[in-house]
This record gives sequence, C-alpha cells and structure tokens, in this order.
Amino acid sequence: MVKDGCAHVKPAAATDLSVFLLVTWSLWWQTGHEDHVGPDPPRIIFSAGKALHRGALGWKAEWLLSIIRLLRLSPTLDGLEVSVALKQGQVTPTELCQRCLSLIKKTKFLNAYITVSEEVALKQAEEAEKRYKKGHSLGDLDGIPIAVKDNFSTSGIETTCASNMLKGYVPPYNATVVQKLLDQGALLMGKTNLDEFAMGSGSTDGIFGPVKNPWSYSKQYREKRKQNSHSENEDSNWLITGGSSGGSAAAVSAFTCFAALGSDTGGSTRNPAAHCGVVGLKPSYGLVSRHGLIPLVNSMDVPGILTRCVDDAATVLGILAGHDPKDSTTIQDPVKPFTLPSLTDVSKLCIGIPKEYLTPELSSEVHSLWSKAANLFESEGAKVIEVSLPHTSYSIVCYHVLCTSEVASNMARFDGLEYGHRCDSSVSTEAMYAATRREGFNDVVRGRILSGNFFLLKENYENYFVKAQKVRRLIANDFVNVFNSGVDVLLTPTTLSEAVPYTEFIKEDNRTRSAQDDIFTQAVNMAGLPAVSVPMALSTQGLPIGLQFIGRAFCDQQLLTVAKWFEKQVQFPVIQLQELMDDCSSVFENEKLASVSLK
Amino acid sequence: MAAPMLRWCCPGRRFAFARVGCGSCHRRGPPTGSTSNGKRGQSTVAQQPHITAQKPRKGEREWAAVVGLEIHAQIASNSKLFSGSQVHFAAPPNSLVSFFDASLPGTLPVLNRRCVEAAVMTGLALDCHINRKSLFDRKHYFYADLPAGYQITQQRLPIAVNGSLAYSVSVGRKPSQMVTRTVRVKQIQLEQDSGKSLHDDLRSQTLIDLNRAGIGLLEVVLEPDMSCGEEAATAVRELQLILQALGTSQANMAEGQLRVDANISVHRPGEPLGVRTEVKNLNSARFLARAIDYEIQRQINELENGGEILNETRSFDYKLGCTVPMRDKEGKQDYRFMPEPNLPPLLLYDSGSLPPGADPQQVIDIDRLRERLPELPRVTRERLVRQYGMLPEHSCALLNEVGLLEFFQSVIKETRAEPKKVTSWVLNTFLGFLKQQNLAVSESPVTPSALAELLDLLDRKAISSSAAKQVFEELWRNEGKTPAQIVAEKKLELLQDLEALEQLCRSTLEAHPHVVMDLKRGNPRAINKLIGLVRKATLGRADPTAIKEVLERQLSS
Repeated sequence: MVKDGCAHVKPAAATDLSVFLLVTWSLWWQTGHEDHVGPDPPRIIFSAGKALHRGALGWKAEWLLSIIRLLRLSPTLDGLEVSVALKQGQVTPTELCQRCLSLIKKTKFLNAYITVSEEVALKQAEEAEKRYKKGHSLGDLDGIPIAVKDNFSTSGIETTCASNMLKGYVPPYNATVVQKLLDQGALLMGKTNLDEFAMGSGSTDGIFGPVKNPWSYSKQYREKRKQNSHSENEDSNWLITGGSSGGSAAAVSAFTCFAALGSDTGGSTRNPAAHCGVVGLKPSYGLVSRHGLIPLVNSMDVPGILTRCVDDAATVLGILAGHDPKDSTTIQDPVKPFTLPSLTDVSKLCIGIPKEYLTPELSSEVHSLWSKAANLFESEGAKVIEVSLPHTSYSIVCYHVLCTSEVASNMARFDGLEYGHRCDSSVSTEAMYAATRREGFNDVVRGRILSGNFFLLKENYENYFVKAQKVRRLIANDFVNVFNSGVDVLLTPTTLSEAVPYTEFIKEDNRTRSAQDDIFTQAVNMAGLPAVSVPMALSTQGLPIGLQFIGRAFCDQQLLTVAKWFEKQVQFPVIQLQELMDDCSSVFENEKLASVSLK
Repeated sequence: MAAPMLRWCCPGRRFAFARVGCGSCHRRGPPTGSTSNGKRGQSTVAQQPHITAQKPRKGEREWAAVVGLEIHAQIASNSKLFSGSQVHFAAPPNSLVSFFDASLPGTLPVLNRRCVEAAVMTGLALDCHINRKSLFDRKHYFYADLPAGYQITQQRLPIAVNGSLAYSVSVGRKPSQMVTRTVRVKQIQLEQDSGKSLHDDLRSQTLIDLNRAGIGLLEVVLEPDMSCGEEAATAVRELQLILQALGTSQANMAEGQLRVDANISVHRPGEPLGVRTEVKNLNSARFLARAIDYEIQRQINELENGGEILNETRSFDYKLGCTVPMRDKEGKQDYRFMPEPNLPPLLLYDSGSLPPGADPQQVIDIDRLRERLPELPRVTRERLVRQYGMLPEHSCALLNEVGLLEFFQSVIKETRAEPKKVTSWVLNTFLGFLKQQNLAVSESPVTPSALAELLDLLDRKAISSSAAKQVFEELWRNEGKTPAQIVAEKKLELLQDLEALEQLCRSTLEAHPHVVMDLKRGNPRAINKLIGLVRKATLGRADPTAIKEVLERQLSS
C-alpha cells in the first residue's frame, strides 16, 4: 500500500470522549423475529463439576474431567489453568482442539455455530503444538480454542451475519480482533450464530435458526422443572440464549471453546452472557478495534468478550485492547496486557445503585439478587449509595432513532454489486437493488432501514436525529455526573429476568423484545462506558442470573477487578450438562442443524 | 509583436474567450452557445473573442445573469482520501481498489494526512478561514459506482470557509484593458470521488471501474458572483493555476481532475434572483463558458416567451452546443445526511494552540503550512511585471502554459539578452512552435540553454534576427547541434568585415543607378530598396542598420 508519507493519521484524539460525543454518536439495535420453532432437544451430554469423582471414571470421563478442570484459562480456586497445563504438556493443543471439536459436534443441536472451521483449527493446533514442544509458546492464548461471532470478518472463512445477504460471502481479510487472537496462537473453532446482522435480543432471528440455551439441558434446570411442572413436554420448552451474541455465549457455556468474541451495541454481549451463565464484557468504546466487525451502529458497537471467568475476560481484553491504525476511533495510548489483582479489601470502593433501574418489569428474583449483591458489598465494607441517572427513561427511544438511522446508512452498501446476494432480476439497476435487498434482508433489518431512512429525511432530521443526539448527550452526562460524585462502579441487573422459553419469547415481536431486554444495557453503549455481566446465582428455576457492573470510561481494568472480587464471593455454580454422550442420536434429527457445516 | 498569446489572461488554446463588455447585461436573442464557436486552433494565434452579450437596444429591458460554481478538484496525493490504494490516472480497471474502496463490510475510513494538508493549503491560498474543527458526513444515494451507498463529505462543518478568488478579465478592445473581479469562496470541503460507470448499451450492461472511487476531492464552492460564461471560465482558470502552483491538484480538466458544476439563473436587475438550474459535469473550460452562456440565453428566451424555469439539473451536450435536462436526476433527491461515525472530528492546530509534546505526525499545524505556501500566480505575475518590465498580459501568458514560466526563468538566467527580448522569443517563437505541434513545454526539443545561447548570439549582433529564426528552426529539428555550430555551418554570422560590406554597397549602388536616381529625386523609400538589395547580396548576414549607415555615407560622399 502506498501511503503519503506517514500519512494516514488519526485526525483527533478519540480519548476526548466529550468532543466525540458532541458530534457523532447515534442509535439503537435489535428487533423482529422468525416464526420458527426448533426441533425437540436431544438429551445431553456431559456432566461437570465437583460431583465427579476422578476414581470412578473411565478413560472418557477422565478426559472429560481434565477438560472440566481446565474450564478456565486462568488459575482459579479449584480449576487448573489450561495454559499452564499446555505448558507443562499435560494436554496438547491438538488434544484440546479435538476435544472441543467433538463437543461442538455433540452440541450441534444448540445451533451455536454457523460454521465450524475444523480444518483451520486442527492446523493451528498443530502449529501450536510445535511451538510448545520447542518451548516457544506465544502466550496465554497459544493453543486455546476460541470462537468468533459470525459478524467478524475472517479471512477465507465464510462470514454471514446470519443473513441471506451475506450467505456465501468469504471475506479476504481478518478483523483486527480476530487477527490479534490468531497472532497469539488461539485456535479458531468456528463462527457463532446470531440474530441477522446482530439485530435482536434473543439470537432467534437469523437465517440459521435460533440458538438454544445450554442451560435448557442442565441438571440444575431439569430438576427444578420436574418439581414445578408435570404436564408440559420438557423438550419443547428449551430456552433462548438472549442475544444477539447467543451463539458465542452458548459456545462458551457448553465448553466448546474457552473464550468467544461477541459484539455489543445495546447489550448483545452482556444479555446472552447473563442468560447463559458466563461472563460478558463490553469494553469501553474506543479501547478495542472495530475494524472488520460488520457494523450495526458504528458509534456504539464494541467487540465483546465472553468467557467463563473474569480473569479470562481480562486476559483476552489485554490482547485485544489498543490503538488500531485501521480504526480511527480507537485510543492512541498504548495498552499493555494486564493481570487483575485479587482484591481483598473493598472498603475504599464506592458502589452506585441507580434508582431508575428499579423498574416495575424487573422480576422479583433478579431484584432480590441485586439487593443481595449490594448488601454483600456493604457488608464487606464498601460504600454503597443510591444514585440517579435521570434520563434513563428516554434512553430506549433515543437509542431507537440513532440505531435505525445508522443501520439505514450502514446497510446501504448491500446492493448486490460488489459482494453478497444478488437477485436474478436484470430489468434495471434499481430493480436489481430492490429485489436483492428484499430477498437478502429479513423483516427486522428491512424495518429498521425503513425507519432509519425516515428519521434521516431532511424534514425529520432535526426533530428526530438531532434531538436523539442531544438526549444521548444527556444520558452520557448522567453517567459522568455519577462518576464525578465519587462512585467507582455502578451495580445493576443485566436482564429483567432469567432466560425464557423460546415459545414464550416469540410472543412479542423483535422490536418490543429488544426494547425490553436492552433496558439495563444500552445506555452504557450510548455513553461508551465499559460494563461487564457476571453470573451471580441460579434462580429458583435453576437458571443463571447475571448482574452488571458499569465502570468509568477506559477504566476497564478497575471494573474487572471489582467484577473478579464479586465473582469470587458468589461462587456461581458450574453448569451440569448430564446424560452424557451415550445417547446423541436425537441430536441429528434436527434438520435445521444441517446447515451447520462441519467440515 | 504577435498579439495572440499576449492577451491578458487569455486562457490561450483552452478557452473560447468572451469579452465581458457589458458585464451582466444580456439581451434577448437566440442562445449563443452553439454560435460562439471557439474552435481550438492549431496555430499560435488565439481565437478572436466572440461576443456573448451585446448592448441592449434602447427601450429593451435588460436581464442580469447570476452564475455560481461548484468545482471538484482531485487532490494530488499518492493514496486515496480514506484508504491506502494508489491514485493513478489510466490504470487498468479496478486495479487500484482496496477493501475499503469496494466497501467490504467492516472496513473503516482512515483519513489521509496529505489530503488534509492540500485542503488547508488551498484554503489559505484562497484567503479562507480555516476551521480548527471540521466534521465528516455521509451523503446517501444509490448509484452503481458508489459502492457504500453514501459518499463521505463535509456538509455541516467544512474545513475552510469564507474566502475569495480574484481573477482578471479584459473589458475593452485592447487586451491590456483589464479589470480584476473577485468571487467569494463559500467553502472548501474534503470528499470522496465516486467510481466510474461505463454503459454498454449494446449488451445493456453497466461496467464499473472503482479505481477512482475514494480519491480525495476538494470541493470548492464559489458564490454566485459571476455573470457570464467567460467570467466563470476565467475564475476556474485562475483557480486551476493556484491549485497547480500549490501542487494540491494537477487540475487537468481533460483527465477529469477538475470538474465543474454551474448554477445559473437570470433575473431583472433590482428584482429577486430567478429560479436556478444546475449544469453538471463540465469538463473543459471551453464547454463551461459555452454551456453557461447557452443556459443564460435559454432561460432569458424561456422567460421572455412566458415560460418558467424549473429548478433542475441539466447537462451540456457539446456536440449540439446546448444544455439538456438530465433524466436520472429528475425529482428531488434527499441525501439523508448523517454524521460519519467512524471519523472523529478533524482538529487542526496553529502554533498557538499546538498541544505541547504533540507528535508532529499526528497533528497538522496551519502556521507551518502557511510558511510553506509557494508564490501564488497573482504574485508571480506582479513580480514578473516589476522585475522584467513585462506587460501584464505577457506575465499572464507565461503562467498559462504549464512549465513555461520555469522555461522562461531558465533562459533569463543564462542569457545576457534583454528580458523583453527573452519574453518575446519565449512567447512568440517558442510557444508558437509548441502550439503548432501540440507539444507541452516539457516535450520541447529546444532546451532553455540552447535558446539562451541563441539569444546571446543575437544580443551581441553575431547574427541577425532573421538568421536567429533560422537557427531556432534548426534547433527544433533537434540534431544535437548548438546554436554556434549551426551558425557556423550555415554561415549565418553577420558580416563583421566593414570593408567587404562597403565593397558590396558600392557595387550595389553601381548596379542600380535608377534606384539611386529615384532616391536623389526625393523618394525616401528608395533607401530601403537599396538596403534590401545589399542584404540579399550578403545572404542576409548583414545588419540592416549597418548597411544603411554605409550606404548613406557613400551616397553623400
């Protein structure tokens, strides 16, 4: 590439968030649904946790145990560190990779993956293995299986955004975040399922069908269901994962990889993380490059990180964070990989509880866990205060205007000319555009394009877009004011309730669902702040409930340190996926899953 | 002295040239576009001005025309405005296309520093206010050669505003009767160029070339301060010279590096402005002038005949010499402008506001760019007039041809000949030869040193001016000989031997007694005949003044 001298420069410091907010930010995400009922779930698969006794297991179970004990990348109280295990040769990257591939196959019915890049992963594992043998591993992620949401460009691997528009589209380049993971030796297991173009909060609205929540098949959930209900067919009551990064959340939750990339525009990483009992981190806007992330709302999109523990999220963030010359909105300051300290004393912390987040729709269970968490901090000496974010109630409608406007703009490039779907019609260029876009996008996407274009019309621009930007400014200022008042971290629910059954979820349309489900998460995107959802406990139904911590802009490390302390206190249980691999036949009954390509 | 290329600000071969004798007054009459035939000549003689506006007859109500321009100048940069692909004219189709240029999903714009500098320099040269903060916007429309479905431009807050552009037009019969006019520069904005569509009607398909997609453009918006095609064309020409002097654009209209859209309306003086039309994609100065003049007349005719002017977009049909409505621009477009979210505000600094410790690669210092501004054409012309006692129109002519000024200055540096002589040779002989063969200065077979040497010979009267012309012709053939060699070979040096000259003169007088008689009878012109005869006898190698001297001496003795 020829450049003019050192020419391609970033025009202004993106770290000056206030300047940036003033002028550019916009939008909302999500909506629509497909009337698409999944097949009956199979019985599942593996079991985990302390219940297992090493001595009682055969070879297979021995393996399983090793996997389960290696659940986490980083040292935890009771887990081994997988990267240490790799370094010590207790397990090889190829073994790890094959193990994950086999789990992917066995959990195929979850529909977590759109594309499984088996060959690529095995080849990468081979390379990693060579490095380990020579004692030259690339770092903590070398040889570690990861998954990537199917809206990140992956060179040579189909990237669909779960849309007909991009079915068959093979990008010629890697997103910066993908490249960074690969450079660290991570093994790319595949591309995970999502709502079409990440517009949704259920991972139910993509062309490859809905993602099923692994907790639907957990021992914890099933036992509770048996107690509570007797009549319903349990298999038809599988739960949604939340979304739109539901595939990534399910993939991590079901042990098919150690970390996954999601994207977060209004809560798309945190929401499914909460529903699937994993950690979901939305970094500060500008900390992680968006280059190669197929955009929903450029001014709010952030690559998200899904892992099984906070330390792992920190490890991955350390690798992904930092300036990218290809993304002018990333911060200039260098970011170094970091290790989270283990907090022992929270007495100097000030935790804010935003009173506006106590909404009537909040389930009593989530409410009580939220209070419990606040009490926990207080009892350990932290200062816990009620704070106010007065413009919260305007957030959703403001998000709607800004999001659809940017969507209308971002989707304009899908015209069937350069790449992606093109219709057969050749009457005229205009007719080709119209048919291509009608065939390529689902109702949700088309609906948002339509409303976005309405808001951007000359006669409407001032009344909608500009007003929404002003409101966005107010919402961002709410956070600034709270943090300026001495609050370190805000503690809020991530979702209104635990995951709901698919049949329940699709009773509302995508737009309504998204407006409801994003209520606690999307204001953070408007303000560009870091936030993390940490699983806290199981509901009475045996389903995970997560709470959200929101930090100051670019204080992601502080945020994660608090999250780590919390994680350690609550000791969230490991998912127990039982009724092992003996009976997997039903898995393959699912026609929908045939679209998951296992190469 | 040959008049043609010496006209003040005459745009030379490029322009059909109209005199703007009655300013903005136009009278009823047929559209002049097709009749104002500025045929591009091969000769060194520029076209005679044609008249677009005649004096209104008494009692007839006048019309005033108002012309504003939007000029798109391709920035001379190595790479595109927001991507690293090369910028190069006439490369194989789609060979200079990055992922961003093809709008692959997930790609992001990265601003090219060079393009920003070009915009700032152009803004400074046009006396603009440079905005310390400017913004980028998306302008949406669907077109096959616009891959993203939107163009990134600066609609809300452009990089430079409120400038002015001065240009000179001749107003009277004499080329030196010049007035300076000023057009306000509304704004300069950075934006992306689009790709190119090639319509293959035979196979009813459209081919897209994205090489041009994403190249940086400077859109210069000139306020409607002009009143006819000639003024507009001259203003554009001046802008072209400024861009070329700055090096911010090659501004070659034939290669599409400078494209002009004109907004035109007519009204009765004292009344509000009329409805305007926009004539798009004028890619030569000649067509620009013709299209505007045609459109003015068309609007006048339309209104005089009781019609009305539609606010529409038209294009210029250069074959028919008229403007026609553009079919695909029917109806009002709503571009649905929106801030470009992937580009933070563009912040510029000056020496006062430069943040301490700022990386010079990361910031643009307006004051440093100001220091680096080259001499602007207007200043150069004034300097030439001052320094060499040149006529203003000569200074203008020197600047009008790419490289001519540099050629002139090299010659001046190496010769002892008078600047006036040099000017005349460069503008008449040298430029004449170039035009005749349609060559650029850089393609000239005659080097500045050769011309300087030739002028030296002339200056010390080693050769006559007619011999000098002969030598020049020889030099043009480019056979590797120096002027001195040519003079020696062709025996062109002036007769320095006074005795020989006297001998020749004497024999001429003897051979033509009737001419001598004629002279003695009082016909003063007879001496010229004698001089001619002697020159002929010397094969043109004698200085006529010297001959005259000798003859007069001999006759009176």
